[in-house]
Amino acid sequence: MLNYAIKRLGLAVVIVSVAMTLLFSMIYLIPGDPASVALGPRATPEMVAALRARMGLDQPVWVQFWNFYSGAWTGDLGIEVLSNRPVLTVVMEQLPFTLALIAGGITWSVALGIPLGCMAAVRRGSFADRLVGVLSVAVIAVPSFVVAIYALLIFAVALQWLPAIGAGEPGDLGDQLTHLILPSLAVGLGWVGYIARMVRASMLEVLEASHIRTARAFGLPERQITYRYALSIAILPTVTLLGIGIGQMLSSAVFAEIVFARPGIGKLVYDAILTRNYPLVTGAVLVTTVLFVVINVIADLIIGALDPRVRSGF
Amino acid sequence: MTVLAVSGLSVEFTTEGGTLQALRDVSFEVPERKIVGVVGESGCGKSTLINAILGLLADNGHVSAGEILFEGAQELTTLDPTSMRALRGERISTVFQDPMGALNPVLSVGRQMVNVQYRSGRSKAEKTARAVEMLQKVRIPDAEKAVNRYPHEFSGGMKQRIAIAMALMMEPALLIADEPTTALDATLEVATIELLKELQEEIGCSVLFISHHLGVIAELCDEVIVMYAGEVVERGDVRDIFNDPRHPYAHRLLDCDPARQKGLVRHLPTIPGEIPDLRARPEGCIFRPRCHRAEARCTETPPEIVVSPGHMARCWVAEVPERAEAAR
Repeated sequence: MLNYAIKRLGLAVVIVSVAMTLLFSMIYLIPGDPASVALGPRATPEMVAALRARMGLDQPVWVQFWNFYSGAWTGDLGIEVLSNRPVLTVVMEQLPFTLALIAGGITWSVALGIPLGCMAAVRRGSFADRLVGVLSVAVIAVPSFVVAIYALLIFAVALQWLPAIGAGEPGDLGDQLTHLILPSLAVGLGWVGYIARMVRASMLEVLEASHIRTARAFGLPERQITYRYALSIAILPTVTLLGIGIGQMLSSAVFAEIVFARPGIGKLVYDAILTRNYPLVTGAVLVTTVLFVVINVIADLIIGALDPRVRSGF
Repeated sequence: MTVLAVSGLSVEFTTEGGTLQALRDVSFEVPERKIVGVVGESGCGKSTLINAILGLLADNGHVSAGEILFEGAQELTTLDPTSMRALRGERISTVFQDPMGALNPVLSVGRQMVNVQYRSGRSKAEKTARAVEMLQKVRIPDAEKAVNRYPHEFSGGMKQRIAIAMALMMEPALLIADEPTTALDATLEVATIELLKELQEEIGCSVLFISHHLGVIAELCDEVIVMYAGEVVERGDVRDIFNDPRHPYAHRLLDCDPARQKGLVRHLPTIPGEIPDLRARPEGCIFRPRCHRAEARCTETPPEIVVSPGHMARCWVAEVPERAEAAR
């Protein structure tokens, strides 16, 4: 297991390096000088040159890349242009809000998707199965920002059950959780559908396997067969799907954070792009990339923990 | 005492193409401490027979006639699902054909063996000890450690031995072995058969042994049932069947066994024709379309003719051995 974890982490370092190269190239290739954009049209050439020097933009491109690359591994993502604060500090302030939002989205999707998918597979062909099928496709098809707006209009404006905007009072966990319900629903609802479909398909496959027949031939209780013998195998593709799905949830989070006026990485990147705050954009995107990779490593480790065949394959 | 008595069992499946009669009027007995072999081609109803006994027929299948009496007391075709489930794994256990897929890949061998004992009332430690003991009996090396390993860490032959250990753990009255050696190579096959016979004698259970390997049946079984297209065409003592088969199908089947060929042959013998469509069974004898001894009266369903005590064949001409007829 330790070997497996080390190899998986090594792979993660390579992925992050590639992502950093692409990110740096993209910012470099975008037309326009970040320094003059940041300072505005009325800046003098001397002011622009001074900022360029401070941002390191006057150096050869490979030096710039090396500075960015080596700095990133030590946590130095540069200085944010507007407030002169380190980018990493600014991003890290916002990160917990996004993490909470994603965790909420996963909770919704797992808590609803897995039982629904299981039920649909066990009662294959029943009315409930078909209903879950139709609803799954429906929630997958609706974009998350539409869900966000309707959730806001129905539960916050019309019914006034839940708060509409913000992330809640700092320090008040209950208040923060009630503020999390609607945005995380907007992020996670589509995934309820994906997961229900995925769990149903893999459950149907596993329930046909001959070891399930063996379990029945040994008279094991049907509940144990469904949840312990079948679901523990059927869950594996879903864990991988969720790991990859985090990427999509991160982009849904941008919409949810804007609609619900929540702090978070999405809102931060959105504002940074509007103000051409390139170091902040790069830093925030890099942090989300690392987040994505880390979550995928965790997903793979979970699979390794669940599936002994994967564990010994590495 | 008879452990299992099947009489007049018919099983039907409802399919899109109509009702399929997978078993028709199947009768046989499995006496105590005996090994009864079931032979027949693929599709002859061997698996349906097992599933009917275990109460695990697919949703579109049902027993349309007959009964299955277990240990002289319980009628399995009408038994409620809970009582049926209580018998499975406890009094009737099964070893399946495919050792690669028969064990759950994400649970350790020990865990699966412990789970099977859930009705025993033993403590966790006792259950584990019992699992280790059974693994030792089937000669899994280092059994104490083996309980913590997963199925993929064992070879095919070992997995099948583990499956046998699991099946015999609760000391059942009846073991159903569904082609347990088909997926194994020849050397392993012999070793597995010997192990099975040894454990059967030790535990004193009866075995219903399904195989299409005639050599294994001859070696292992006390009695044999020959099935064709969902019917028992001949049954009796293993010597009677192998030395003096009376049903033309049983005769042909034995002739086709590569091991029984005398000298070198260019082409192995086959039985001309195909198994009939079970949705539209032919009138009379089921083997008539392929039978070289068919006569006019074969258009009527033949009764089971007693050739000698305990040796029955469902054929009008069963009383006349084929060799005698050929000599005439």
